[in-house]
Amino acid sequence: MPPQDELIAVKGLTRRYGAVTALDHVNLTIASGALVAIVGPSGCGKSTLLRILAGLMPPTEGEAWLQGSRIEGPRRDIGVVFQTPVLFPWRSVLDNVLLPVDVQRLGRDKMRATAMNLLRMVGLEGFETHLPNQLSGGMQQRAALVRALIHDPSVLLMDEPFGALDAMTREQMNVELQRIWLERRKTIVFVTHSVGEAVFLADRVVVMSPRPGRIVDTLDIDFPRPRPLSVMNTEAFGVHVSRIREKLNATGGLE
Amino acid sequence: MRAFRRLLLMAALLGLWEAAARLLAIPAYILPPPSAVGVGLYRGFRSGIFIENIWITMLETFLGFVLGASTGFLLGTAVALSRRFEYYLYPIIIMFQAMPKVALAPLIIVWFGLDLTSKVINAGLVCFFPLMVNTIAGLRAADEDRISLMRSLAATPAQIFWMLRLPGALPSIFAGLEIAMIFALIGAIVAEFVGAQSGLGVLIQSMNFSMDVAGQFSVLFILSLIGLALNGIVTAVRRRVVFWDNNGRGHQLGGKP
Repeated sequence: MPPQDELIAVKGLTRRYGAVTALDHVNLTIASGALVAIVGPSGCGKSTLLRILAGLMPPTEGEAWLQGSRIEGPRRDIGVVFQTPVLFPWRSVLDNVLLPVDVQRLGRDKMRATAMNLLRMVGLEGFETHLPNQLSGGMQQRAALVRALIHDPSVLLMDEPFGALDAMTREQMNVELQRIWLERRKTIVFVTHSVGEAVFLADRVVVMSPRPGRIVDTLDIDFPRPRPLSVMNTEAFGVHVSRIREKLNATGGLE
Repeated sequence: MRAFRRLLLMAALLGLWEAAARLLAIPAYILPPPSAVGVGLYRGFRSGIFIENIWITMLETFLGFVLGASTGFLLGTAVALSRRFEYYLYPIIIMFQAMPKVALAPLIIVWFGLDLTSKVINAGLVCFFPLMVNTIAGLRAADEDRISLMRSLAATPAQIFWMLRLPGALPSIFAGLEIAMIFALIGAIVAEFVGAQSGLGVLIQSMNFSMDVAGQFSVLFILSLIGLALNGIVTAVRRRVVFWDNNGRGHQLGGKP
C-alpha cells in the first residue's frame, strides 16, 4: 500500500510495444491537489503513462495506484481530457457535457444545474443548445474540460489538451485552467510538449526522455498563484525553462 | 431563372421528340410521340388500372425494403461487432452478393409462388447488401479517441454501441438506405417480370405483348416518379435523423443490384 497522502503512486511502471520500450521503470508519486506537468518530446511515453493512469491500457510491468487502490481498468474517479475535444457531433454542448452522467447513470435532472454552473465557469453560458461544430476550437476544448469535471472526479488527466489550439487561445486556456484548478483543487496530471506551458501551470514539472521513456528530472515550481502570463518574462521562469531544455537536450530529446 | 431554363430545356427536348416522331413518321410501336404517352397516362389513370398496380408494386417495394433493410442492418451489425461472425459468415455473404440476384428471381417464384410473398422476398434480397456494407463501414468507422473517451468513463460495450457507434454510423446507414430503397423497387419489378398476376412490371409485359409502346412509356414514367418519391422520402427522413451531418450523403457502398 502506498502512503495515504499520495493520491497517485506509480512504481516501476514499464510498457513495451513489441521491441519498443515506451516507458522504462517509471516511479512517480503525486500528492492530492497537486498540478503536475509531464513534459517531454514526442515518443517519450508521456501519453502512454497517462493512458495507463486512465486505465485504458495495462502496463507491461509495475503498477499504478490511485487513492489506495490499484488501477486495473477505467475508473469513475478519473476525468480525461484528450488532445482533441472528442465531442459527439449529434449531442448539443449540454448533452456532450452530460455524457459521463448518462454513462454512469448519475441522474440527468440532478446534474443539469452542475453542468450549467461549470459551463458558466468556462464562459460557455448561452451555448448549451449549440452543436459542437458551431463552436470554435477553444470553445470545444472548454466543453471537453467541463465534461471531464462533471462527475466530480478526484483526478483530471490531460493529454496535451491545448496542443491543437493556436498560441493565443492556448495561453488563454492556460490561465483559465489555472483559475479552475484554484477554484476546484482537483489533482491534475497535465501532459505537454511545451516547456513554457509546463512551467507556467505546474507545481511540479516531471521531465521525460524518449526511447525508452524515463524520468530524467523533477522540478518544483513555486511561483505564487494565481500566476499572471507575465510570469513567463521573469528571470526565474527563464531559469526553470533553460534547466528543462538542457535536460531534454542532454537526452537527445529536443530536435 | 436557372430553374426556368432547366424547365425550358426539358420542354424543348419533349418538343423535339414530338416533332421527330411526327415528321420522320416513326411508327408508334417503335417510338410513340410524348403526346401519345400523355394520352396513355390519362387512359391508364382514368380506368383505374394504374392506381391498382402502382399500389401493388409500391407495397411489394416497401415490404421488401423493410425486410431487406432490417436483415442488412442486423447482419451488418453482427459482422461489425463480432470477429468470429465476420470470419465464418462474411465470405458466404460476399459470395452470395457476387451472384447477380436478379438471376434468383425464377427460383424465388418457384419457392414462394406468384403472390406478394415472392416479390417481397426478391426485393428484400436485392436491397439488403448495400445496407449491410454501409452499416459495417459506419459502425467500424467509430473514432478511436471517442472510443477511448467512452472507455475512460467506464462505459459498457452496450453503452458504447448505443451512445457512440450507432449514432456515428447513421450517416452511412442512411446512405445505404437510399440505395436500398431504389434496389427494392428494381427487385420487385424483376420478380413481377418473372411471374406475377399484378403490378407495374406485369403491366409493362402485357403492354409489350399487345404492342402498346406508348402505354409502356407511361408506366416507365410512373416508375421513375415512384423512384424519385421513394428516394425523397429516405432523404427527408435522413435530414431529420442525421441533423448534424447535412452536407454529405456519406459515401454509398455496394451499389450494384
